[in-house]
Order: sequence, then structure tokens, then C-alpha cells
Amino acid sequence: MQRLLIAALAGGLFGAGLLVSGMTDTNKVQGWLDVFGDWDPTLAFVLGGAIIPMLIAWQLTKKRSASLSGAPFPSKPSTQLDHNLIIGSVLFGIGWALVGLCPGPAMASLSWGGLSGVLFFVAMLGGMLLVKPIRTQIDKVFAK
Amino acid sequence: MIPNEWIMGLVGGLMIGVAASIFLLGNGRIMGASGLIGGLVDRSGLSDWAERIAFLAALIIVPAVLIALFDIQVSTNATANLFIVILGGLLVGVGTRLANGCTSGHGVCGISRFSIRGIMATVFYLVAGGITMVLFRHVMGVI
Repeated sequence: MQRLLIAALAGGLFGAGLLVSGMTDTNKVQGWLDVFGDWDPTLAFVLGGAIIPMLIAWQLTKKRSASLSGAPFPSKPSTQLDHNLIIGSVLFGIGWALVGLCPGPAMASLSWGGLSGVLFFVAMLGGMLLVKPIRTQIDKVFAK
Repeated sequence: MIPNEWIMGLVGGLMIGVAASIFLLGNGRIMGASGLIGGLVDRSGLSDWAERIAFLAALIIVPAVLIALFDIQVSTNATANLFIVILGGLLVGVGTRLANGCTSGHGVCGISRFSIRGIMATVFYLVAGGITMVLFRHVMGVI
């Protein structure tokens, strides 16, 4: 039960933060990516603001043996760069720019995003379902 | 004067960072939006489905409640071009699962622990997004 409450607290605060920061407004996200247009630097403040508490949180994980709920902390990050990381990030970046939504804001704005918001969300879930055969094909190409 | 939107961005960003810290220190988990929903969609994360649902339900419901409570005027301003909407959604879904993370997982949680994968992913999706804006907005004029 404690795990569920913590998860709900984190999810709710995440959603509130996305709303307050303006990241559910696709104009602001596209404005950030539009370096050669009417550039909007807001996203840098959001990302910077989000990283500050997490810098402290990661340090705290080194001083504790486990999380509050008893679950272990994530293992050390892999240093392996692979083609799926790069290709996936490029595809994500293109989709992100086309509409101005990434997964977090797409869900946070689901209740007021209208038809476009719902369709984006459904298409995103569809993409997540399609990824397995796509990954297999990409791995085949890079295995040669 | 610092524009109000930048201050709101910083405040909202701090809230996002605190949320990620709660999830990490409380449950030992990385707060990645694409991974949390993706694990339910492709059934790879069904073992902890309740925790995922609790997070995602609050993520969707809390902003809706705040908007109703404080009568906030809000719009996503998303394009009505449904072809672009669907194409964008598909690319975000495939891309984030291929890369195993998005702006929250690779960006917020990865950069803050100096993960080389998180930093590289962020560089690549930012550059790809920037080039997409040039091509689709300034050259083709469709977004």
C-alpha cells in the first residue's frame, strides 16, 4: 500500500509540475526546439529545475542501502551506447517536434487535450506495441 | 526582468524533480513516463502493474483536478492536423521504447546521475527535434 501511495504522490506531483511549467503547451515545446525561429528558452528552466532535486536524490541513494519501501535502488547506469538508443532517440525527437508532446505531458494533458491529444496518446500506445518487430529488424541490419 | 514564464518553468521543473526524487527514494524507481506506460502496453512490466497504474492515474487526474479547482484556462494548442498528430504519436511511441526512455527517464533522471546513455539520448532527441522544426516548419511549413 505504501508503494502505491508513493507512486500516486510522485505521479500527481509530476503532473502538477508539468502543468505549472507550461510543458503541456505544445507551443512552448515547439518554441524551444525552434532555435531558428521565435526561440522560447522556458524548457531549459524546466529541465534545469527538475535536475536540481534529482542531483541531491542520487547522492542520497549512495548513503542508504535501500529505498523507503525496502526496494533496492536502480543499479549503476550502463555505459553501453547502442544503435537502438541513438535511432530511438532520433525517432522520438522527430515525433516530439512534430506535435510538441512527449509521453509525460501527453498523459498529463489527456483530460483537456481534445481529439488531437487523445489521438496522439492512442498512436503513442500503438507505437509502443509495434516496437518489438521494428527492434528485431534494426538489430538484423546492425548484426551484419 | 525575468519573464514570468521562465519562473513558472523553474518552479514546475523543481516540482517534477521532487516528484522524481520521491519515486526514487521512496520506491527505488526511475521516474520515466514512457517506461511506466510502455511496460503496461507491451506487458513487460505487469509484475508491478498496480504501482504503474497508481502513478499514471495520478498523473492524469491531478492536473485535471487542479484545472477545475482553480478554474485555469489551459490549452495544449496541439495541431488539428490529425495526420501529423498520429505520425508524431507513433514516432514517440516507437522511439521512446527503442531508446528505453524519454525526456523524464533519460533527461531528468539520467542527466542528474551523469549517465552517458541519458546524456547521449538527450543530445540526439534535441538535435533531431531541432532539425525537424527547421524542415517541417521553415522549409515545408506544415507544423
